[in-house]
Amino acid sequence: MKKEIICIGCPLGCPLTINHNQTTIQEINGNRCSLGLQYAEKELFNPERTLTTTVKVRNGHLPLVSVRTSKPIPKKRVFNTMNLLATVEVEAPIRIGEKIIPKLFDTKASVIATKNIFKKERI
Amino acid sequence: MTDFESQDVDLIIIGGGPAGLAAAISARKNGVQDLIIIERNSWLGGILPQCIHDGFGLEIFQKPLTGPEYAQIYIEQLKKLKIPYMLNSMVLEITPEKRVFVANPKGLLCFNSKAIILAMGCRERTRGQICIPGTRPAGVYTAGVAQNLINLKNVMVGKDIVILGSGDVGMIMARRLTLEGARVHAVVEILPHTNGLPRNIQQCLIDYEIPLLLSHTVTEIQGANRVKSICISPVKDNLEPIKGKEQRITCDTLLLSIGLIPENDISKPCGVELSSNTGGAIVKENLETSVQGVFACGNVLHVHDVVDFVTLEAERAGKGASEYILGKQRKVERIQVKAGNGIRYVLPHYIPKGTDLELSLRVVNPGEDTTIGFFDGKKLVVTKKFRKVHPAQMIKIELQKNETRTTNALKVEVLQK
Repeated sequence: MKKEIICIGCPLGCPLTINHNQTTIQEINGNRCSLGLQYAEKELFNPERTLTTTVKVRNGHLPLVSVRTSKPIPKKRVFNTMNLLATVEVEAPIRIGEKIIPKLFDTKASVIATKNIFKKERI
Repeated sequence: MTDFESQDVDLIIIGGGPAGLAAAISARKNGVQDLIIIERNSWLGGILPQCIHDGFGLEIFQKPLTGPEYAQIYIEQLKKLKIPYMLNSMVLEITPEKRVFVANPKGLLCFNSKAIILAMGCRERTRGQICIPGTRPAGVYTAGVAQNLINLKNVMVGKDIVILGSGDVGMIMARRLTLEGARVHAVVEILPHTNGLPRNIQQCLIDYEIPLLLSHTVTEIQGANRVKSICISPVKDNLEPIKGKEQRITCDTLLLSIGLIPENDISKPCGVELSSNTGGAIVKENLETSVQGVFACGNVLHVHDVVDFVTLEAERAGKGASEYILGKQRKVERIQVKAGNGIRYVLPHYIPKGTDLELSLRVVNPGEDTTIGFFDGKKLVVTKKFRKVHPAQMIKIELQKNETRTTNALKVEVLQK
């Protein structure tokens, strides 16, 4: 089977042309580095994405803290994760890198804060 | 504005976004002790805190960081180096003598500086700039404003969305809105190609099955208080809508991702010469503008697609300003670099004759197996080959000493096949 995809490994966005069967890649063209092959293998047989979103904060200088999955998660888990995070609320202060969800479903990923949130100053 | 009590400072950096941060850090590392960043917002990092998606830092740190994470690295370096900064402070005017007038909650301040780095970034084009006909209801946002509301303020902008313009922010917002439960009916682009990075077409549009309508534009906005619907239409080669082919989409929100403009309002009155191709200053290889001691970097110089390139450029501006302040600037003979056929712009505009150097440029049209040639008058000096070029992707080209030793201006062109 022949498939054309765009590598999302970096902003270059190489156009990849791949020849593959059910389980392996037989030929790949268009990638400028090894990330392309790694990405193509994942993308064809087990697509993954890093999810970035926000989580509600109590008593913070902002009402939200930005978060991401610590590693890419299966694409089919993206909307489950969004639904789960919609129910989460955390208390300020929050440090960048802090785990918001230590273990996400059956994945090896956690959800971590990508920003410092300070406690709101009382006026 | 002359009778002000004023303060002396060697270097003023206007803007505390990625460009300002990197310029300040670089200037300090190159020996400038007395410097200050002036930032109009109440935070450092500029636009990055609202860019919560990842993909920043691949060039410099070889890993995908989110916007806030990328900003934090430089904010921490700045604090470690004890570089002073002023928040909530707006520069009102810069004079050619490098006096800088600032307004902030304490009142009006004036600085006498030896050098200035312009790092004010850019702003979004709005509905007014492309004159979309129709009513003026609520629900029309620029993509960046919608991003700010959703990612920082916890305000959702709408439920049924159409996005005009396929710039990166537009595509990233298409994904973001979908994740937050809205329905994005289409991303509409007037050109026959997208205006953003290819990876964003994949991970923001294709991933979520969001239709991308190329060679289409919005011809009317309808609705009294709130957007009720919009009309889209395919366009001819000359980008004019084809009459009778309009199609109505029922929606409550229109996002505009139709380009960015370097924010040079305070540069012009100080005498900084601007380029009509970039909207930013005309600069030499050290990023000095036409005004001695005034430097420019980042999106105020030309709109970048990758923040890493903003940082690297700002580091050069910081070094350039430090050489000026410390009297280390060397006298060099320069040649002009000109954009010819197929090239939208090339930077820097002036380079020293006979030195190794890196140029940044953008092409006008997308192409494959493209050759870019450098001419000295009519003589072809050197060619560089690219498997793929795209207007949305800045191209960096390194030139060797012998390639910049031209007698005339160095002209850059896309060669015909």
